[in-house]
Amino acid sequence: MPEGLLEVNHLKKYFPIQKGLLNRTVGHVKAVDDISLSIQKGETFGLVGESGSGKSTVGKTIIRLTEKTEGEVKFKGVDLYSLSPQELRKIRPSMQLIFQDPYSSLNPRVRVGDAIGEALVDHGLVPKEEIRDRVLDVLQSCGLSSYHIDRFPHEFSGGQRQRIGIARALILNPDLIIADEPVSALDVSIQAQIINLFRKLQETRELTYLFISHDLSVVEHLCTRIGVMYLGSMMETASRDELFKNPLHPYTKALLSAVPIPIPKLKRERIVLKGDIPSPSNPPSGCKFHTRCPFGSPLQGRGSGVP
Amino acid sequence: MSLSSTPLSGTIGTKQAQAKSSSLFRQSMRRLMRNKLAVSGLVVVVIMVLACFIGPFFSPYTDNKVHMAMMNKAPSLKHWLGTDALGRDVLTRVLQAGRISLTVGLASMVLSVFIGALLGAIAGYYRGFVDQIIMRIADLLLTIPGLPLLFIFGALLSEWKVPTEYRMYIVMFMLGFVNWPGLARMVRGQMLSLREREFMQAAVVLGLRDRRKLFNHLLPNIVPLLIVIATLNIGGSILSESVLSFFGLGVMPPTPTWGNMIDAANNLIDFQERPWLWIPPGFSIFATVIAINIFGDGLRDVLDPKQKR
Repeated sequence: MPEGLLEVNHLKKYFPIQKGLLNRTVGHVKAVDDISLSIQKGETFGLVGESGSGKSTVGKTIIRLTEKTEGEVKFKGVDLYSLSPQELRKIRPSMQLIFQDPYSSLNPRVRVGDAIGEALVDHGLVPKEEIRDRVLDVLQSCGLSSYHIDRFPHEFSGGQRQRIGIARALILNPDLIIADEPVSALDVSIQAQIINLFRKLQETRELTYLFISHDLSVVEHLCTRIGVMYLGSMMETASRDELFKNPLHPYTKALLSAVPIPIPKLKRERIVLKGDIPSPSNPPSGCKFHTRCPFGSPLQGRGSGVP
Repeated sequence: MSLSSTPLSGTIGTKQAQAKSSSLFRQSMRRLMRNKLAVSGLVVVVIMVLACFIGPFFSPYTDNKVHMAMMNKAPSLKHWLGTDALGRDVLTRVLQAGRISLTVGLASMVLSVFIGALLGAIAGYYRGFVDQIIMRIADLLLTIPGLPLLFIFGALLSEWKVPTEYRMYIVMFMLGFVNWPGLARMVRGQMLSLREREFMQAAVVLGLRDRRKLFNHLLPNIVPLLIVIATLNIGGSILSESVLSFFGLGVMPPTPTWGNMIDAANNLIDFQERPWLWIPPGFSIFATVIAINIFGDGLRDVLDPKQKR
């Protein structure tokens, strides 16, 4: 495979657990434990997994919102973690993050037009006279109206706010957009609108997405390739069709069998997992899934490889 | 409100008339106007300010003109609040004193808010080493009770024989200097919580400069808090100035302030026989400070609901 737009190699992110008077580190929460992925230009990579599996941390570590513990993140062939703060600031516009919560990710005291346009001003990408036009432009392509430009975030609904968040990322003409559960805070009818907006924008602007979600039906609709995460590790990576037709890992099978289908009479076999997700500060040895695996034998805990 | 002005709103072209004031702010003001008590506080303050700054122009007397024939006269139609030991009109002097007291209160507030907000914001935003230095200095000042500290400064000024006409300005600086640490602490706390909010992460991802993050994103969010603290601060400053001047360590006669006018009550005969000398300035302090505090409480209720007691 040729080198992708984004290459993540053996990325690890451990959060230290500190205890006692001296804040001694007594252990680590292994939020991301040895993740590798590669995203080609123009594709949409879906990252799925249950709550606490480390999906969001992967996104935030890639974009350097949190610092990695180990591993390598290469964007357009440049190792992001080798950059100086100034170099990083320069490269930031070309990779953007869309946040999960459209309420808290907009500053309540900054006008929408300013929120969208300020990065252009700050990076000096566009002459000042053109900025208003650019903002109006991007507002329109995100399905908002020009009179919204002077309003404050509290005057908008959740769906509209998410559109503002998308517009704010889009105006910088990024190559990569990391969407961190962008629709999970919205109701279903609005989810569909936002997902269609994502699709439309990808067609018109040749965007590459890393789409983080726990909703498999959303991912199936939008993504070309999908990675399944469990407890900080990648269980399975496959193309969309492959994954949905022929899931190989038992965790993926269990996940897929839990997707609701809109045919009430249809009975199908549900794989119900027993127990809770183990603590990421003390993950099971070997295959991390072996404690809950319906097919597994205790022996699988002995090795250290992926199944 | 200059802190909340966003340089960008001009360039992106907010064409609305009140581009600078947020509609959130306007909403709060409307709610404030519904609070009867707060509005009455504001009315008293406004009347006091107008009386002090405009009133003396209509007075036939000047504040420092000595008139020996008219010593210690009780209130009459000619002198509504009587005259003092040097035959000066008490009403005129109370109004003149109000100018000084209000100005000192306002100026020291501006100074302490400026120092406190700036240092608090820097400490909270950059954390680490800078934070340690600023906050340890603030802690040091906070460990010394404010009033004794002011007394020491005042006594030093008298010892060094600072000319009386400069003392007013020095008193402003003293009060501002004593008040900033508490303010810096509150601003720092707000900063610490604000900088972890998701919209600040968004600012990081956008690659915004520190200056923009600080002045366009963080400071506008603490302006409501600053307005509330500043308002309540004026009352406190007026009170401290009065205490200092009463003990002869603040602004010196012949410059009148409410504090050094109450000094008349120190004299037993004046206290018993001539209440018109000390009741008017005392009442002025009382009314002004109470009004400012009531108004400040109302402001806090609408601007900063989390701080409600």
